[in-house]
Amino acid sequence: MSTRMFGEPIPRREDPRLLTGQGRYLDDLGRDALAAAFVRSPHAHARIIDIDVAGALDVEGLVAVYTWEDLPGRVGEPLPLLIPHPSLTHGRTAYPLARDVVRHVGEPVVMVVARDRYLAEDAAGMIRVEYEPLPPVVGIENAARADHLVHDDVPGNVGAVLLQETGDVAAAIEHAPHVLEFRLDIERSASTPLEGRGVYARWDADDESLRVYSSTQASTSVRAAIAARLGLPPGKVEVIAPDVGGGFGVKIVHPWPEEVLVPWAARLLGRELKWAEDRREHFVSAAHERGQVQHVKVGFDGAGRVLGLDVRILHDHGAYTPYGVIIPIVTSTQLLGPYKIGAYRAEVTSLYTNTVIVTPYRGAGRPQGVFCMERTMDRIADHLGLDRAEVREANFIGPDEFPYDQGLTFQDGRPLIYDSGDYPELLRKIKELIGWDGFAGVRSAAAAKGRRIGIGLGCYVEGTGVGPYEGGHVEIDSTGRVNVSTGLTSQGQGHQTVFAQIAATELGVPIEDVHVTTGDTRRFGYAVGTFASRAAVMSGNAIALASRKVREKALRIAAEALEADPRDLDITDGVVHVKGDPGSAIPLRTVAVLSNPLRYAFDEEAARATQFAVGGSPEDPPVASGDEPGLEGKDYYSPVRSTFAAGMHAAVVEIDPDTAEIHILRYAVVHDCGRLINPMVVEGQIHGGVAQGIGGALYERMEYDESGQLLNASFMDFLMPYATEIPRVETDHLETLSPLNPLGIKGAGEAGVIPVSAVIASAIEDATAIPIAKMPLSPAELFHLMSARERMSQRILS
Amino acid sequence: MTHEVALTVNGVHRTARVPARRLLSDFLRHDLGLTGTHVGCEHGVCGCCTVLMDGEPVRSCLMFAVTAAGHDIVTVEGLAAPDGTMSPVQRAFQECHGLQCGFCTPGFLCTVTALLKDNPRPTDDEVLEGISGNLCRCTGYQNILKSVHRAADLLDEEA
Amino acid sequence: MKPSPFEYHAPRSLDEALGVLAEEAGAKVLAGGQSLIPLLNMRLAAPAHLVDINRVAELDTIEVSERGVLVGALARHTVVERAADAARVQPLLREAIRHVAHPVIRNRGTVVGSLAHADPAAELPAVLAVLGGEVEAASARGRRTIAAGEFFLGPLESALDPDELAIAAFFPAAPPRTGTAFLETARRHGDYALAGVAALVTLDEDLRVSGARAGYLGVGAVPLVIDLAEPAAAAQAGRPPGTLDWSAAAAFARERVDPESDIHADASYRRHLVGVLTERAMGAATAAAFEGVR
Repeated sequence: MSTRMFGEPIPRREDPRLLTGQGRYLDDLGRDALAAAFVRSPHAHARIIDIDVAGALDVEGLVAVYTWEDLPGRVGEPLPLLIPHPSLTHGRTAYPLARDVVRHVGEPVVMVVARDRYLAEDAAGMIRVEYEPLPPVVGIENAARADHLVHDDVPGNVGAVLLQETGDVAAAIEHAPHVLEFRLDIERSASTPLEGRGVYARWDADDESLRVYSSTQASTSVRAAIAARLGLPPGKVEVIAPDVGGGFGVKIVHPWPEEVLVPWAARLLGRELKWAEDRREHFVSAAHERGQVQHVKVGFDGAGRVLGLDVRILHDHGAYTPYGVIIPIVTSTQLLGPYKIGAYRAEVTSLYTNTVIVTPYRGAGRPQGVFCMERTMDRIADHLGLDRAEVREANFIGPDEFPYDQGLTFQDGRPLIYDSGDYPELLRKIKELIGWDGFAGVRSAAAAKGRRIGIGLGCYVEGTGVGPYEGGHVEIDSTGRVNVSTGLTSQGQGHQTVFAQIAATELGVPIEDVHVTTGDTRRFGYAVGTFASRAAVMSGNAIALASRKVREKALRIAAEALEADPRDLDITDGVVHVKGDPGSAIPLRTVAVLSNPLRYAFDEEAARATQFAVGGSPEDPPVASGDEPGLEGKDYYSPVRSTFAAGMHAAVVEIDPDTAEIHILRYAVVHDCGRLINPMVVEGQIHGGVAQGIGGALYERMEYDESGQLLNASFMDFLMPYATEIPRVETDHLETLSPLNPLGIKGAGEAGVIPVSAVIASAIEDATAIPIAKMPLSPAELFHLMSARERMSQRILS
Repeated sequence: MTHEVALTVNGVHRTARVPARRLLSDFLRHDLGLTGTHVGCEHGVCGCCTVLMDGEPVRSCLMFAVTAAGHDIVTVEGLAAPDGTMSPVQRAFQECHGLQCGFCTPGFLCTVTALLKDNPRPTDDEVLEGISGNLCRCTGYQNILKSVHRAADLLDEEA
Repeated sequence: MKPSPFEYHAPRSLDEALGVLAEEAGAKVLAGGQSLIPLLNMRLAAPAHLVDINRVAELDTIEVSERGVLVGALARHTVVERAADAARVQPLLREAIRHVAHPVIRNRGTVVGSLAHADPAAELPAVLAVLGGEVEAASARGRRTIAAGEFFLGPLESALDPDELAIAAFFPAAPPRTGTAFLETARRHGDYALAGVAALVTLDEDLRVSGARAGYLGVGAVPLVIDLAEPAAAAQAGRPPGTLDWSAAAAFARERVDPESDIHADASYRRHLVGVLTERAMGAATAAAFEGVR
């Protein structure tokens, strides 16, 4: 392979389109389509008494109004529970339009279709819904107290109790020389892509087929869901994810109510129909994440080694559970990080509240688990008077201990076995990058000038590339163009570039010749989706395997044409040639022509493949048994289990002693995701993840009042960081290959966000000597912590 | 009641009849078919819809098309040279990986194009201030800052 | 999030604009639109008539004299921010505008529009208040001048009558030997402040503080002005000129503000910030005053 693109920071191939306004996002399509808008519940919990649509009927441009009563058969059934799990004893999902009871502000009640969105909103505004308010359940602890129920038939508001256990934790803690107990809180945030959700459907009455565009992370599964609900053969439904303006998890949930309703109504009306979510709708009707309360009890020895860890977690999953218990599973397994600890027990109680559903947001439960474990490490270090890095190192799994079985079951239903890693080396690198060892001097020098600075550290292991599978299709056509497709979707990860790098490297073709299509069921019908840092691992390996098949076939056909041994051939810049003899060569486009025996010549090139032009034995069929025409190949990658990436972050923060404002002076990341396909793209993923992590640590939270109203459902008040809030991120890499896949790669998409809250908490604690047990943390909250501590120390002095 | 709105967009005279309440962002996207300008919040905070009006960046979601009548608008579709060559700002964003999903990018490109016209050699702080009103959820901004400085270099080299 | 329908008026002259306002009860004025249009898009406001004054060229003015700066109703923040002579006569204006949202918003938003919107968390109302400025209002009935102290009645509530248009605002020049400072604390850069202060310190010919005043934003229903002459006396007691201790002013201000809690910060933190910002801003304004006489 001389055309080596793998591992190079090549510029992205999708960029010229996106930079010139030629991207096509959901709402850029269907200019003449009708528009949908929704009447959404203004109550967190209420019974619907009456819906009066009369006022809307006079609105100019109104086409249709639908309530739950109008939905036939399966269209009106509750949405699917996507991921059943034995622990999810009381899973509940919503109806596409509310039937009888609404359970969170923003739940759709009526769908309005009109000529454009302005008119649809006018009509929606004229519809009167009479509600009988019911007592709302807001907040994790209110849910646990269960004075009121979110669902009448779910006692205690408990959807699931998930238990993870290795060893006898009670005994381990009882016999431990040191024991600490504390509580931690993490509040809600949300993926918040800049493009909201959206669906655009067109029904072809002549062909009895449906084409749906959706801003989704899982087009094949959306297709399956729509086909099932609408009673259509899957082959008559095409689902395409166009350019998607960010996902970060929220768009993996499907089918959204709108993904069922819009195609249904488009078919019923025989008109193109589109719904493009607006920002306010996104806040109250998409999904949130993160909210947990954690009760921790840890026993450890004098070196800081954890002997027993008992964690009881209350997890707020909102009003419904379409995505099952994935977040609790991820929190309770990934909590263990790079550590081998003694006995472990985690019990996650997943609770209903009258708030927006909770489904994975980048990190998907890991930030909470890592917050728990890393806060625990810091508490242990503080208790023993040891260096925080030293305590972590004392608990690390050694580089020679892989594969390492944590003894638990991961989110793919497979054992939690780490495939590879080198945690001490990551620690060494991060300490060096941030200047850990010399920091005490820096801190005291700053303190002498009245400045309060502190340093923090956080470690994580991330299970990436979960199965079950992804596929790749690679085809070289008679112009030499290489068409690569895979079924999973893209939301900005640079798949059109990194998958092209893989194919170009495997095939030996210029990257300019490679064209990648993702998330289009017309091109690739079997896929799972883009989540859990899996795209590069899953589709990357599938495309590599498919490319290898095509390469092998190309060499075989070229060998016949060149009368050479395939083993003596190589492919360089799209030309198959005899090694060491550049004169004996044939371009891949010609090989593609020869791969497809023809009767009819449509041009000069094709003439070479017609029956009187090709040679071969008259006794053999033109297409050999077991062979296929065309220079193409398809393959799938299905791993036995996930591959485990790892990383460590460190930060230096400064606290304004007067205003308690928190400034991040430095932020450093050392990351190991195996072999890097495109380091520039990986760094970009890390930068973006860290920024979201900082949002979650210092700025973003969902502010519900006790009646279940979301008080900050706008970008004015939900404080996503601007450039002015994000520090420069310093990065370094380690490349520990994964033994589980042909390319040796691990996922990188979520890494940046995972430990940030833990790292910032650690650094603030170091700067202020105040225990930080709650994230996010605002200056006002820190101010009160600092004042309380001052009052306490004054009391002690007096 | 509709109004005839006539204005110049990317150097071309355009007209359309629209209701008074049509936001400039929707006018560009739906009435003129220029979908490169994106809509991320419709309350003026995210900056995705930023276009240039008479050379100055403005939020197109916070203006009615009728107000923009008679003005000169440039959208992301109008930043490249007539032959399709990307502008130095566009090229810098590609070179420095200043975009991921690309949704916020048109707003950044318009903002930065105007910023560098006013201030061809901005300091780090001036760049930060200049792009401080645009949200990006993908990049963490680091490569956007890098892109702005690189664009300044390219503009300088090509001046 | 699309606005409700309205009838649109695009007057070309002030008289025409006032005529529409006189005729159509409940008409709203559209200038920069950076505060109004978000409310319309969210349908939190749905006026039947909108009077777009963007074509009334006679309102697009900035007049600078030694008395002060007269800003016309169509002058955009950016234009005022860039006006060097305005900054010379009244530096507080530019210092405060730089804290108004983000540059792109300032390209459209107007100074007078911000005053008429009367958001107590906004920068310019506090500046107008601390300077003792005025708003010029016009209607078909005539014109009147409204002192800053009477202009701001409550959150988003000004003294303008429904048929009145704020056509200009006058920001008086700083007296000789005056230093100014504008400081605020916001959650994110460009957000509405949790608390902010516009400070003025004037020295007499012996370089003793003869006047000290601060205007506050974000800590009450209207912009609040506190005369700090009393703590200023304490600040310089027994100290050489230029080395003032403004900590008494901080305490003085803290006791006189009445902030409210919201989701971004509680009242007691805001009150605390008022103290910190007062001390810092008075210090900076004092330094600026000394810088001016040096």
